[in-house]
Amino acid sequence: MENGDSKVRIGFYVCHCGTNIAHTVDVASVAKYAAGLPGVVVARDYKYMCSDPGQDLIGEDIREHGLNRIVVAACSPCLHEATFRTATARAGLNPFFCHLVNIREHASWVHTDRAAATEKVQDLVRAACGRVRHHKALERKRVTVRPEVLIVGGGIAGIQAALTIAESGKKVYLVEREPTIGGHMAMFDKTFPTLDCAACILTPKMSQVKAHPNITLWTYSEVMGVEGFVGNFKVKVRRKPRYVNEEVCVGCMECIEACMYKQPKFDDEFNQRLGKRKPVYIPFPQATPKVVLIDPETCLHFKTGKCKQPCIASCSRNAFDFNAEEKIEDVEVGAIIVATGFKPFDPARSPKYGYGHFPNVYTSLEVERLVNASGPTGGEIVMRDGRKPKSVGIVHCVGSRNLQTNRWCSKVCCMYSLKLAHLIKEHAGAEVYNFYIDMRTPGKGYEEFYNQLLEEGVHFVRGKVAEVTDWAMTPEEEGKLVMRVEDTLAGFVRRIPVDMVVLSVGLEPREDSQEVRRMFNISCSSEGFFLERHPKLAPVDTATDGVYLAGACQGPKDIPDSVAQAGAAAAQAMALIDKGYIEMEPNTAFIEEKECSGCKSCIPLCPYTAISFNEATVKAVINEALCKGCGTCVAACPSGSIKQNLFEDVEIFSEIEEVLANA
Amino acid sequence: MPETFEPRIVAFFCNWCTYTAADLAGVSRMRYAPNVRIIRLMCSGRVDPQFILEAFARGADGVLIGGCHPNDCHYIEGNYKCLRRFRLLRRMLDDMGVEEKRCRLEWISASEGDKVKKVINEMVEQVRALGPLDLPGRFRDWDKEVAALEHAAPGASEPCDAHAHAHKEEATHA
Repeated sequence: MENGDSKVRIGFYVCHCGTNIAHTVDVASVAKYAAGLPGVVVARDYKYMCSDPGQDLIGEDIREHGLNRIVVAACSPCLHEATFRTATARAGLNPFFCHLVNIREHASWVHTDRAAATEKVQDLVRAACGRVRHHKALERKRVTVRPEVLIVGGGIAGIQAALTIAESGKKVYLVEREPTIGGHMAMFDKTFPTLDCAACILTPKMSQVKAHPNITLWTYSEVMGVEGFVGNFKVKVRRKPRYVNEEVCVGCMECIEACMYKQPKFDDEFNQRLGKRKPVYIPFPQATPKVVLIDPETCLHFKTGKCKQPCIASCSRNAFDFNAEEKIEDVEVGAIIVATGFKPFDPARSPKYGYGHFPNVYTSLEVERLVNASGPTGGEIVMRDGRKPKSVGIVHCVGSRNLQTNRWCSKVCCMYSLKLAHLIKEHAGAEVYNFYIDMRTPGKGYEEFYNQLLEEGVHFVRGKVAEVTDWAMTPEEEGKLVMRVEDTLAGFVRRIPVDMVVLSVGLEPREDSQEVRRMFNISCSSEGFFLERHPKLAPVDTATDGVYLAGACQGPKDIPDSVAQAGAAAAQAMALIDKGYIEMEPNTAFIEEKECSGCKSCIPLCPYTAISFNEATVKAVINEALCKGCGTCVAACPSGSIKQNLFEDVEIFSEIEEVLANA
Repeated sequence: MPETFEPRIVAFFCNWCTYTAADLAGVSRMRYAPNVRIIRLMCSGRVDPQFILEAFARGADGVLIGGCHPNDCHYIEGNYKCLRRFRLLRRMLDDMGVEEKRCRLEWISASEGDKVKKVINEMVEQVRALGPLDLPGRFRDWDKEVAALEHAAPGASEPCDAHAHAHKEEATHA
């Protein structure tokens, strides 16, 4: 092995990370080992390298010992690479002369054998010291960031983020798939624990969105594709036809009155199919935008072509356009906030609760509509058979905390079950039984709300419901739904007959979350919710720069949490766009023109079309602004004339050589 | 074969999925065998087949490549490029006598910390069962054979390219 460039002067630092690393890795011996490696001038171990004194240590050594390479063995580069690069730069050395060795996530936290872990760390340190000698001074390139933000999803999270950004004077495109914004929150009656009405606190915000000069609201629209990268995303949005001109319609609803169908006949999606609507409809009275739309699946004109079209005649503003086609809008934005929300668990997947089998078994969302004054029953709790329930059983954790369905706790169900218990008691005066596994009420005022319910005389039974059945064993059970449950506090199995069963369904990722994830180039956690960059320190960022998360698409969340997270996502997006530029990692590829044979192998490999062919010089050319630094072309170049900054062949080969050098 | 043979495995993990999954395994305090040395690349598409050959030539007993699942690549399709190269290289490794289980390509997403643990533990056991690869040793043996042949037949034809290459390889390792 060559003895190293005598000009290379490496400073090596190994972090104890308190005891996180030092517990499993003999840091003192690693430092001693590194001191003997070629080119290493200083080798130290320190309790917390990322602390200010730890970082200062690097700077002092650079000045005192004339170091020109820094190797820090600590945590994952995903966490502290930037920290140590900055510390290096502060001392006047190019930050890309610093290299981080991951000995916490990849060694001390995953191994128990101290000797083996220490040996592994020594190998990794040797590899790093081998690679840094080939490092070069690099400059970050600046890319301008467009000042517009795209927000996908118009639930409470999307609304909050849109308003926050729009208020700062930046332009927002808010895209919502449904005909109205408002999301799930618009379906709720009251909100826990304060019991303020959801519509009263949400609809003013919805109107604000519609009226805000900085917000372009596209409802009944979907993002079709996203190209580009942080600061410069090109987004295609498909706007489905409403067959009613959104700009002209004022939402007078005369056309709904005039429709050929005199009675509403079709299932009303907004009311969870508990009510009916006409083919021309408005989802709910406060829908935003307040514009009717025609459902071509049920409209007589679209189905048969033989309708007298009284709707058109009734419209004084000529808003109807039966020939409307979908429109594609192209927009360019600097940042994207994904706030696509959740899907309620489908209780048909847990057949023991009898949903879909017994008409009087409801989901919690259906009951939200039943207790809502603008719902299908005008706020009266009337069951599918027309009766009013005298007793109601609420089953917690339906679909949640169950290895057969979803493993996670959906976080909001305990609280909304308490709320529904309160509302059912208030509206119907019924006896209400809550069947719970554990009551989970952490949050401001939440435990107090639980105590309030206990005092209101709602029954609480601790136990998982085994089955809902109509098989009566006693005369009292005739005509009732019987909840079979082991009461784990009383210590015996009970049969509790009720008129109505409410299933507190959990929160799931949306069905198309995988497609959405791919479109925005973000990851999902194992359960399918979108993955944040760091669970604690970057909870709204994603692995893709410029794409942020808000609301329940990232995990089950209640309204206060969604709103708070939306604010955080808005702040992150604003921090990005307000600065106006971003500095990119300089890990781009470049061509050594002398070596290039002009074979064109690399050109079709680049997914970003960053490589072109210069016919005059007969050489390939890489456009640095388009290169994202994957290195695929580098690996393919037969003449080795393409190089990738920070991942040059010589750097990786020396890593391979050194990591195996202790044979 | 030494009694306590500990396989040495070099891993090339893509930054966005598999490297992050290995970080997750760490954060989740999953325990796995300490035989793997991870080298971070931005994308599995950066894995030059020469990296794999170099690792074996330098004495690795196994090489593990980790990338994003198909359709999940941070760079759209780098993992497909990696797969294509891997398939081609596989044939060459077969000819060289490098067993299938010594070189593995795995799709591990950022959320699959447990898969990192599973794959590493499994591979370490499989390679341990296979024993040392010792390609540098084999290079030496082959060179000796070639030298012996040359010696036995002086003035015979020049050694073919493969031999010359092996010779060169050996020289770099000396």
